[in-house]
Parts: sequence; structure tokens; C-alpha cells
Amino acid sequence: MRAKDAVGRYGEAVAARHLVEAGMSIVSRNWRCPIGEVDIIALDGDALVFCEVKTRSSVAFGTPSEGVTRAKVARLRRLAVHWLATERSDTDFWRDIRFDVVSVLRNSRGAATVNHIRGAF
Amino acid sequence: MTIARTQAVALTGLRGQLVEIQADLAGGLPGLHFTGLPDVSVVEARDRIRAAVVNSGIPWPDRKITLALLPADVRKVGSRFDLALAMAVLAAAGVVGGEPVAGAVWLAELGLDAKLRPVRGVLPAVIAARQAGVSRVVVAEANGPEAALVTGVDIRTASDLTEILGWLGGSGPPLRRAAPGDRVDPPDPLDLADVTGQVIAKRGLELSAAGGHHLYLLGAPGAGKTMLAERLPGLLPPLEEAAALEVTAVHSVAGALAGAAGMIKRPPMQAPHHTASVAALVGGGSGLARPGAISLAHHGVLLLDEAPEFSAAAIEALRQPLESGEVVIHRSLGAVRYPARFQLVIAANPCPCGRRGRDCTCAPQARRRYIQRLSGPLLDRVDVRVYMDPLSRAELTGPRGQDEDSATVAARVRDARAVAAQRWSEYGWQLNASVTASVLWATGWRLPRSVLAVAEAHAERGELSARGLDRVLRMSWTIADLAGRTSPNADDVAEALFFRSGRNLT
Repeated sequence: MRAKDAVGRYGEAVAARHLVEAGMSIVSRNWRCPIGEVDIIALDGDALVFCEVKTRSSVAFGTPSEGVTRAKVARLRRLAVHWLATERSDTDFWRDIRFDVVSVLRNSRGAATVNHIRGAF
Repeated sequence: MTIARTQAVALTGLRGQLVEIQADLAGGLPGLHFTGLPDVSVVEARDRIRAAVVNSGIPWPDRKITLALLPADVRKVGSRFDLALAMAVLAAAGVVGGEPVAGAVWLAELGLDAKLRPVRGVLPAVIAARQAGVSRVVVAEANGPEAALVTGVDIRTASDLTEILGWLGGSGPPLRRAAPGDRVDPPDPLDLADVTGQVIAKRGLELSAAGGHHLYLLGAPGAGKTMLAERLPGLLPPLEEAAALEVTAVHSVAGALAGAAGMIKRPPMQAPHHTASVAALVGGGSGLARPGAISLAHHGVLLLDEAPEFSAAAIEALRQPLESGEVVIHRSLGAVRYPARFQLVIAANPCPCGRRGRDCTCAPQARRRYIQRLSGPLLDRVDVRVYMDPLSRAELTGPRGQDEDSATVAARVRDARAVAAQRWSEYGWQLNASVTASVLWATGWRLPRSVLAVAEAHAERGELSARGLDRVLRMSWTIADLAGRTSPNADDVAEALFFRSGRNLT
């Protein structure tokens, strides 16, 4: 489990850097609540983005973004509702809410391949 | 925008309809989505085409793929769309050029190993493609000979996806052009000369073959009913072009064409077992129905051996197709029409124990019930009825080899059929059995009173229904045709009456 978690943490760091480079600002990372965890919550202009990061070390079991299953999609939606209910304040301002997936493929050497799917679901 | 198009054919019965398949690659979570009334077997293609593409060494596009099968309101059933779907995805992903993919119809199932596999109903599908103006169809190798029976279409065959990719990409040889299948039927091993004696029954068989009349053989076990009935197709002339195409198409849809089959030229014969269900007999199956035994016997012979053992529902289901020459099967997904213009041969024992006369051990009621299972309306449509006695000792032990062979009888049948077809050509009928009552009694065809006298006497006594009288007339024409007379005489009518009345059945 250790190795797996390490891959995940690495991926989240890569993803966060990627989002910031794309002009987004990070609101929260690894936000936890009783029903689960949101990898990254960010602001992209006037859109609030709930972001699922999926990292893999090889495509032997499919590409990383294919690992985002229906169950994960459903959980992220529930988590978003939860976040909005508990964390939002009156000063927050956004027009849209979006769900993105960032797939990170760790290569054996060199930089990881990052694929940012905007509005994935 | 990455959209690619390709084409396939959906089949409803024997009617094919061109289906356009569009593939769209878009951002979003990777996945494959279908629209356009695909049934489960089409949606299952998702896993097949993906495995096939990956196993051909092509990376599967990591995009959201939407496949539309248009027109969207036509049901698409079966694995026949696999290849077209795969080609649409590959073209949308830019692996192959869009033009050659869009210009052809792709008809094959894909294995996980990327091999092209044959599908049912290729012949009617290619006919539909030609009607829609398609000039090129790609099929699996095993379907090539069948597809190439349709002229005017460039039929290409491939054994796997790699061959197609090599051809389209220019790195491999062009796909092979398929040659039409040349089906050489082995000589019919069944010959009429094998049947000893049974002169009356053989005469009935010949009449039946010459005029297309339905036949009823009643007789004790061992009298040779089945032997005789099995020899009927051997007496019929080979199928003409149009009929052969229809028969081959039905067999293709049923998946009953063997291997490298060409056109079926010999009249088919179907002898369903008496436990056959209604669906097996007239066609059926969930969703869209498949052809049953009566459609596989189209332009051929349907033999119901041990007919009283068939379920009443199965027997009754035959009545409507017997009249109309086709069967319409309604299912939740729509009505399917299959041709079913067959010649019916009914064979039956006189009673459950099969021993007629003094030896019979059946109760009278049981005997009556047994034979009454063949409904009146069905038997009413059967013109030629023969009772076959078991062979006498003299016939069994006497010299053999004196019986006419099939070729001799078939020649007479062919000539008689030619005369009949010529005579009714202005009405478009081939067989005496097809002539309508209105024409039988019309001026010019109506027989003189002197000739009809015997039959009319029967009718007046109530032994012959109006429909029965018409049938006697039709058979009289057949008898005259076989004898080379231009019009039936009183003897011909009397013979027809003998076979029709069932007097000999006792």
C-alpha cells in the first residue's frame, strides 16, 4: 500500500503544479470529510473546479483516466455537494462548477505525461 | 472536430437497410458510447473492437468516443457491425484515411484476436448495399463467395484487421477480390428406382411434382412413405435464377449456408421432427425473428413425417403461409416477413399402432382422434392424397430394378412444368397449383360440361366442396400436361378426382 500511496502523492503534486501552470489557483488539496477526499479543489477564472487526479505507472491496465470509474465519478459529485454545504463562505464567488480529471502517467525516466480533461463529467 | 463515417447494413428479415456509422472523438473521460437503437449484441462490440484494435498493435484512442448508428430509429442487432464500428473509430483517430473507409460497406464480426469472422445474411445485405449505390463491400474470407454472388459490387475479403490497415495505409497488398461461390451439389443419392412398386403413390408423387400440388401420404409403417417423400426434390427442376437467389438469401439469414457456399440451385427439403415448436417451424426467436423450417423450404419441399404427432398449434400455424406463400412474424422489435412458398408433403400412419385392419390394436376412438389431429382446413389444401399399402410378398420377392428412375420422371415433370408455365405466362404463374379459381372458370379455360360431368356429380352429392372442385380442376390440368394433351379430358378429371377425393384412403 505504501508504494501505491506514494505514486498517488507524486501524481497529485504533479497535477497541482500543472493546474497552477495552466493559470488556475488552488483552493484546497486533499480535502477530507467523512465520505471521502477531494484531490484538488481549484479556481479557474470564475469556475470552481473539483479535480480528481489519477496516477499510474504504466498503461498495462489501461490509461490513468480510464481508471476513473462510475463509482469514483459518483463519489466526487457527492463530495462536491458536501464541500459546498460545509466549506463555502459568503465571500466566495464563482459562476460555474466543473469536474476535471487530471491523468498522470509516470514515466520510467523524464517528466510524467499529464492529461488534463476539463469538464470530464 | 474528429468525426469519421463508415457504412454497414442492418437486416430485418430479408430486407437490408444501409446504416451509416459515425464516430466522434471528443474530450472527456475515455469511454465508448453508443446511440441509435443498438441492441445488447451491438453494445458488446465495445469490448471486441477494442481488443481487436489493441491486438493489431494500434493504441486505443484515450478519448471519449461516441458511435452513432444512423438512421437512429432502426433496430441494429448482431455482431455484424463490429468491423464497421472499428473502422469508424480508427478513421476518427486518424489511423486510416477517412475517404476509403467511408466509401465502403464493412460487414464482419471481429474476434478479440482481430480476425474477421463471417456473419449471417451477407447475401441480402450486399444486395441492399448495391441497391443503395455502394460500390465496395469488405467481408470476412468465409463470406466472400456468398457476397460475390451479387454482381456489380467490388467484394474484398480480409482475414484480419492488420490486412485492412496495411491495404489502407499503403504498406500492404490490396485486399483480395472475392470470386462468386460455385456450389456443385453432389448428385442426389436418393433415386426413385430404389422404391419398389407403389405405382399409385409414385403417380401421385409425379403429379405433385409436375403441378406443385401438396401431397398426403397415408399408410402403414414400412410402406415407403418417407422414402417416397424424400425423393420429391429429386423430381423437381433446378431453381431458376431469381428463385435460387431468394432461397440462398433465406439460408444465409438463417446461417444455414455451409462454408464456401454458392447459389443454392437444388430445391431445398426440410423435414422437421414432429416435436418441432411453432417457432422452429414458421420462424421465431426473440427480438427480430429468424426464418423457420417453412422458409428454409421456400421453393422446395416441406415434409411433415408422422404428421399427426405434430402439435396442433404447429399444424395450424402452417395454414396462413400455405395460402399466402409467405409468413409474417411479429415480435416486439417489429414484424419480419419471410417467403414460404413450399410444397407440403404430409406423411402419416393410419393409427397410433400403425397396423391397419384386423391387426390394429387401437381403440376406435384413439384411431379417430389420431387422424383428426390433421385439421380439415389443412387437409383441404392438399390435392393429392394416396393410401399406401405395405408391399405384397410378390412385390417384395419379385424381380427388382424394374422401377423408373428419378431422371426419367424428372424429365416428364420438367416438360409438363414448361407447358404449364407457358400456358399461364400471361398471368405470371409457373405452376398449375397457383392458378386462381376465377381463371379456372373463365371463358377460354373453362372445361366443357362433358369433361366436368363426373366432378360436378360429386359436387352435387356434397362429396366435393367448391374449393375441392377447383383443386380437382387444377390437378386435371397437370395430368393433361403430363400426358401431353392441350386440355384435360374426362379421364384426366376422373383421375384427379380419384387422388383428390381420398377415396383410396378408406
